Amino acid sequence: MADPIRWARYRWQRLISAGGEGSSNSSNKCYQSPKTIGKHRIVIPCLGHFKEEYEKVSKLYMNNKIRTTKYTLLNFLPRNLFEQFHRVANLYFLFLVILNWVPLVEAFQKEIAMLPLVVVLIIIAVKDGLEDYSKYKMDKQINNLLTKVYSRKEKKYIDECWKNVSVGDFIRLSRNEIIPADMVLLYSSDLDGICYIETASLDGETNLKQRQVVRGYSEQVSEIDPEKFSSRIECESPNNNLSCFRGFVEHSNKERVGLSKENLLLRGCTVRNTEAVVGIVVYAGHETKAMLNNSGPHYKRSKLERRVNTDILWCVLLLILMCLTGAIGHGIWLSRYSEIPFFNILEPDGKSIPPALAGFNMFWTMIILLQVLIPISLYVSIEIVKLGQIYLIQNDIDFYHEKTDSTIQCRALNIAEDLGQIQYIFSDKTGTLTENKMVFRRCSIAGQEYCHEENAKRLESYQEMDLKDEDSADCQDGSSIHMSEWQRHNCRTVNEPLNRKSLNQLSDSYPALGREDGAGDVPHSGHVAFSSPIETDVVPDTELLEKFSQISSHFYQQSEDSSELALETMYITEFFLALSVCNTVVVSGPSQPHQKMRLSSLGGVPIKSLEEIRQMFQRLSIRRLSSSPLPSVKDSSSESPNSFVSKLSVFRSKLVSPALDGAAQRAAEPPNTDSPENSQVPQELDMVNVAAGCEYNTAVSSVEWSQLPKLCYEAESPDEAALVHAAKAYKCILQSRTPDQVTVNFAGLGSLTFQLLHILPFDSVRKRMSVVVRHPVSNKVVVYTKGADSVIMDLLRTASEVATNNSEMEQKKIKERTQKHLDNYARRGLRTLCIAKKVMSDAEYAEWLNNHFLAETSIDHREELLLESAIRLESELTLLGATGIEDRLQEGVPDTIQALRKAGIKIWMLTGDKRETAVNIAYACKLLEPDDRIFTLKSQSRDACALGMRKILESFQKNTSSKKKFSHKRELVSASPSTQAPGFSAGLVIDGRTLEYVLHDSLQNIFLELTEKCRAVVCCRATPLQKSVLVQLVRNKLKAMTLAVGDGANDVSMIQVADAGVGISGQEGMQAVMASDFAISQFRHLRKLLLVHGHWCYTRLTNMVLYFFYKNVAYVNLLFWYQFFCGFSGTSMTDHWILILFNLLFTSVPPIIYGVLDKDVSAEVLMQLPQLYMTGNKSMAYLPSTFWITLLDAFYQSLICFFVPYFTYCGSDIDILSFGNPINTAALFIILFHLLIECKSVTWIHAVVIVGSILFYLLFTLAFGATWKTHNPPSNPYWIMEKHMIDPVFYLVCFLTTCVALLPRYLLRVLQGTLFPSPVLRAKQLDRLTPEEQRIAIKRWKDDCIVNCRVEFQATFGSSSSAVGAVSEEESIASVLPTSKTPFQACSTDGLVEDTVLLPDVQDQSRNTNDLNSEMTICLNPSKETTSDTCGSSNSRAEVSMCASKEDSSAVSLTKKV
Amino acid sequence: MKNKTSFLPQEGEAHPSRCPDNTAFKQQKLPAWKPQLTIASVLSSFFLIGAFCLAVGVCLILSANSVREIQIDYSDKCSDCSKLRENSSNWSKECHCSVNFTLKEDVLDDVFMYYGLQNFYQNHRRYVISRSDAQLLGRNVNIQKSYCAPFATYRNGTPMAPCGAIANSMFNDTIDLFYNLKSYAIQVPLLETGNSWWTDKNVKFRNPNSYNLSSAFAGTARPPYWQKPVYMLDKEDERNNGYLNDDFIIWMRVSAFATFRNLYRRVKRVGRFADGLPAGNYTFRISYNFPVTKFKGRKHVILSTVVWSGGSNPFLGIAYVVSGTAATLTGFVIAAIHLKLRKKKTYFQK
Repeated sequence: MADPIRWARYRWQRLISAGGEGSSNSSNKCYQSPKTIGKHRIVIPCLGHFKEEYEKVSKLYMNNKIRTTKYTLLNFLPRNLFEQFHRVANLYFLFLVILNWVPLVEAFQKEIAMLPLVVVLIIIAVKDGLEDYSKYKMDKQINNLLTKVYSRKEKKYIDECWKNVSVGDFIRLSRNEIIPADMVLLYSSDLDGICYIETASLDGETNLKQRQVVRGYSEQVSEIDPEKFSSRIECESPNNNLSCFRGFVEHSNKERVGLSKENLLLRGCTVRNTEAVVGIVVYAGHETKAMLNNSGPHYKRSKLERRVNTDILWCVLLLILMCLTGAIGHGIWLSRYSEIPFFNILEPDGKSIPPALAGFNMFWTMIILLQVLIPISLYVSIEIVKLGQIYLIQNDIDFYHEKTDSTIQCRALNIAEDLGQIQYIFSDKTGTLTENKMVFRRCSIAGQEYCHEENAKRLESYQEMDLKDEDSADCQDGSSIHMSEWQRHNCRTVNEPLNRKSLNQLSDSYPALGREDGAGDVPHSGHVAFSSPIETDVVPDTELLEKFSQISSHFYQQSEDSSELALETMYITEFFLALSVCNTVVVSGPSQPHQKMRLSSLGGVPIKSLEEIRQMFQRLSIRRLSSSPLPSVKDSSSESPNSFVSKLSVFRSKLVSPALDGAAQRAAEPPNTDSPENSQVPQELDMVNVAAGCEYNTAVSSVEWSQLPKLCYEAESPDEAALVHAAKAYKCILQSRTPDQVTVNFAGLGSLTFQLLHILPFDSVRKRMSVVVRHPVSNKVVVYTKGADSVIMDLLRTASEVATNNSEMEQKKIKERTQKHLDNYARRGLRTLCIAKKVMSDAEYAEWLNNHFLAETSIDHREELLLESAIRLESELTLLGATGIEDRLQEGVPDTIQALRKAGIKIWMLTGDKRETAVNIAYACKLLEPDDRIFTLKSQSRDACALGMRKILESFQKNTSSKKKFSHKRELVSASPSTQAPGFSAGLVIDGRTLEYVLHDSLQNIFLELTEKCRAVVCCRATPLQKSVLVQLVRNKLKAMTLAVGDGANDVSMIQVADAGVGISGQEGMQAVMASDFAISQFRHLRKLLLVHGHWCYTRLTNMVLYFFYKNVAYVNLLFWYQFFCGFSGTSMTDHWILILFNLLFTSVPPIIYGVLDKDVSAEVLMQLPQLYMTGNKSMAYLPSTFWITLLDAFYQSLICFFVPYFTYCGSDIDILSFGNPINTAALFIILFHLLIECKSVTWIHAVVIVGSILFYLLFTLAFGATWKTHNPPSNPYWIMEKHMIDPVFYLVCFLTTCVALLPRYLLRVLQGTLFPSPVLRAKQLDRLTPEEQRIAIKRWKDDCIVNCRVEFQATFGSSSSAVGAVSEEESIASVLPTSKTPFQACSTDGLVEDTVLLPDVQDQSRNTNDLNSEMTICLNPSKETTSDTCGSSNSRAEVSMCASKEDSSAVSLTKKV
Repeated sequence: MKNKTSFLPQEGEAHPSRCPDNTAFKQQKLPAWKPQLTIASVLSSFFLIGAFCLAVGVCLILSANSVREIQIDYSDKCSDCSKLRENSSNWSKECHCSVNFTLKEDVLDDVFMYYGLQNFYQNHRRYVISRSDAQLLGRNVNIQKSYCAPFATYRNGTPMAPCGAIANSMFNDTIDLFYNLKSYAIQVPLLETGNSWWTDKNVKFRNPNSYNLSSAFAGTARPPYWQKPVYMLDKEDERNNGYLNDDFIIWMRVSAFATFRNLYRRVKRVGRFADGLPAGNYTFRISYNFPVTKFKGRKHVILSTVVWSGGSNPFLGIAYVVSGTAATLTGFVIAAIHLKLRKKKTYFQK
């Protein structure tokens, strides 16, 4: 049992290191101040000449044995008790027990007084023990896993248990093995020194991560020999930062090589795709990053619990009052006697104590006697009830998501009822509201926009497809059929590029395509991220494709001919090259997941040198000339346009010999042919090349063609994948990626192999990534950069003041135009990225590299240095273009948001995206409604910000007053005071920078005042920190219940800060899920989680808690009343055992069952009537008044329960326990029947438990009475129950007592249902109806709401029409806040259509408002589900589905089906 | 490390789906009886309970009225004695007094004789526990450890038998009843035994095993307030002596309230008293021992008959009648509300 010692040592070390370094666990470790080298960890292999030093150093570090258990067999009892007595509740018990040992105040027998404490301790200890045991088993299993460790004795790798691995060991792992400890990678069987690891267990990301062998070791061909390893590794002390590792390897010759996280294999990850790796362990066991990150479950305290705690304080007060009454009463009672009466017992020394002291003693006696008033068992019960509730939530089949085979995970066990009280939801956008499936939508190259109309149609077809059932066909089948379809379309596009009709055909044929792909979607999604066909299949823009096809003809003339067209072509080429090169996508084939695709493994000879290509072109161009007058080929293809085979062949030929035809075309045609007619030429040429190029292409084509459909891209972010797929659509296909080179199969040029010089990965500070390559054609060093537009635009090469240079002028123009396009994209809700490049001379690059190397190897300050270095590289860029990527809304998001809204929840959207994107997504998901007024807060300084907010507030006030006037004039029915004070609904949009001002202390209040008046708030460009600060602000200042929902690492802080954090297990890994309290797979699940389970959990727990208070007060008061008749001496008329067990046994189970299973309204009704959520939202089920009413009722019931028997038996010869027995029995009945009255639904479980409790009580008292004849006094209920069972008076007393005690509660419930039914009661009524009646009733209910809404709506309309003045007013403050009357509206809005269907007279008005508000209407890609059920007969509703985009001149205006 | 099966498709299929079971319990769709507060059930419940209570109440009142009861407070009538008892040094002096009363009509049926004490807090917490049940079972126990203190042992270590404050303060008046005929008085025959609970007499209280009682209690002393040792409580009847003495057993069953009565004797229904007590003049002859002035208490002697519903206390009957009336009236009010609101649209209840 060396474990505790080791543990202690470890703790001590941690303590020391924490003391020395400040916070060793802080996440921003990377940016910490420099530390002395002594604090670093030195890792030396336990070999050779290092042995002595190894003994000295490495033994200090932990070995790899882990112990996550809290206890061992030995320390379980003391430690568990120690932990348990940290709870106040248990301390209270302990206090009572100790108090009971004082003879003067002792009220119970000692063993009885200990009973509650012992029971609670045992229950908790058993629970803890079981939990710990399962952990222990887990640990044991993990500790005994085998791995290959180098053994010095045997000079080879031998199997060792994980627990025996220690720092400095060499470990050899094979494919698919799990890494046992954090180790530095020294050897990989991969030729490039790369090791792939899967980090799913760490962060949940299923894509592979590359890890690199330490520089210097990668060149070694043979496996590293540990015997010869003579370097020492120095790295930072263990910390929990997964994405940061710093250190260096010092070789024996004092040469240092930097280490980064790229060299570190993390414990718990799996080696993939690499035959064998060898590494040296640097962190082991609890010091590994994985273990340090494993902080275990976290505890939040729910709002209800806080409420309960305050009420428990009230109970304490009540207890003190009652005890004081007893104490004073006893003192007075005693002082009435001048002499000591018989019945007052003297002290052993024969003296009596003065009344005052006796009263004081009595105070403590009473505390022991009335201890049950503080419902300590409530805590245990609440915990059990919550476990039950969580169990039921987890088993809800509606949360099951088939595609990912995941269901809800409840990670926090104790805040389920908070879900029923949420007032604010803070939602992330990407991945939460949207699918995080990035779909390439548009691009702009060199200032020219290509809007990809066909692609848009394809996407629409997917939405239709979504509705249909997806037959799970074979994946391979699906994709091959799709492939051919795709080819056909491409062909057609090529054939008839500008033929609108064919375009329509094209779009018509897509649904079919979509369905087939959908089949392929399911099996794919399991193991390859970001690869649904929606994302992978991009239909190229015709215009762009046409230009693209000419690339080859101009590509090599760019040096000589700098005409505009050539320049544009150059841009296009570079743009697509950048798309496919500038990323970190891993290429693999789906059949063998993550099997690297290597050109070298292909049969064909890769085209290496430029020279070769040129030679080839020349060769081919001669052929071309000779074969150009061959019309027959062209004719045949055009004559039989429907012949699939011929098209396929056309396509194939085009595909396989792109380089050739390009070259051929260049030779054949004059360079500047941009006319549409010419677009047919390349195709014509293809046909030629089928014949012409075949002798060269055979090898390549066969290989390429067979490989092509199997290419599988795995990207770290979906955006990247989308861009690579987009490039692929233009046949700029990323073929392979190794650390040294990237091979791109470029349509016009064949395979181009870029030498990869450097990658500057993406980070959130720079908001961009760069790739430095050596361009194979120009042989120059080129930097491709892609990133957020705001960043890139600042890094562009600035034109000199007098733009003399032509190209600079051009640049400027391009920049302006691109910016315009970017704005446009953002308005459409697209994510924008800018692509730029920079050409460097070798010398420049060498210099930069030198500096960068310095930065890389420094341990301290490294991040700053690297950032500087990156900025040096990424400047003076040339803008190539921009892309717009769409992120589709998740299924059911608008419905969910509307439902949550109706439930009275305010929803804020916090996103890192830009304003336009955010606002549009907000419209699309119904967060903002078309007739909302949008206030945009965007200011440059804090003062301006304050001014802006004040203005908005003023306009609010004006509006409300004008509305009031308006409504008076028109004598509109004053609608029920709506929750939002203003008569119109408003939305607030805040920019990231403004957010910073707003969050400043001085502006917080006005900001919150403002947001309270808005029904939706959209915060864009928000950093993770700002998100969490916002949540905290609302939580602390408004004292509101907040829920944060997000899916990515950037939402973690906000999720942790919120009262309830919900993680969406989506595409971005598990970090959010790990931090969350509840993890769901779809945003729409939030609806049921909150509206149904939240409501249930909340009402159940509240009712249970209230019931508990009632129960305890009612029961304890019986004892209290008796004190008035026994001289306040602390006698209990019930036997002590029964008294204590009454709470522990007889009445403990029914409330728990009630708390777990009670169901006030059925799930269906709750889902359909979100308004019912308001009860929890406003804490209506547990108002302070409810608590006091409950207490009053408890007092009344105890009065009845005591005094009916009292008056019945008063003056008779009844003895104490015989008097207590009917009271106790009646109390049991009262308490249980009270539960029945409160129960909303009684299942057989309730019945069993209640009947069981009664029977158990009777049996127990009978058995107790029959056997317990000589127990210590006064526990002597011998034969009392038996005697009573044959006494009719006993029954009569019990019956009358029960009836009279419960009468008021019953009457209250009756009258409540009759006179003032709450919504919940009314809804409860609905459950009784048949489904048909229920449907009608719910409709009627909704109609009621709509009538209310109409009134409000008319008011809204009034305000907006009368507020025309206000609009201009708004304009006047535009200098401070550029108000955005958002020009776009979602095509269809649920609410509007619904209203119009039901209330035709409002329809016109609503349309009026629409016109009033909208300058332009654009279809925002409405998700099909929502439109279909709202628009019902949308075919006839032309005005709804009519979409027109006036702005886009190149857009094709679509004819709509009528 | 657990859920990494997703990587390999075939494993993924073999892996059991995480889909929860679709059972009524887990989906919270158990068939439930939802207590309905419809007008029919509400009204019927009120009227039924009301009617039942009224009926029971009337019965109870009738039966309580049939009880004959005579209660005589003799604390004032024996003021001489009570004054004598105020001084505890006179405890060994005997004092007798007589109390006369007249029965105007025959009291038929069994007649029970109680003594009543007022203001005697037998239910004081420390008084209640001041006994040793084990000792009363005849076991030889170390009463030092029991709750009997300070009435456990004498200074010299002799244990008290029985120990504890309850036993010590036992009611020790003797009351005899005489039926006064014109010339002479007949003592009404009274039953001393059979007044306590059968279980008490036969199970809970046992004398220590020995060939005779005095030897059984050898080595023990009587409680300080007692005039005679425990084995002298009833010299005539061996089975009513020692711990088994009925008066003692009854006294040991501590009363619930400060004002209480304990069964003292029953009229033996023989001869003249075969049907109960005939009308006429009676005298209680009381040997006054128990001091009550210390705690401002009073003593009563009570003659009473008993019915199935207990004694003469009419409370239960009245309570039943009142609550029955209340329930019925509430039922009418609810019916009225229902009728009134049904005409309006706002009324929700079906």
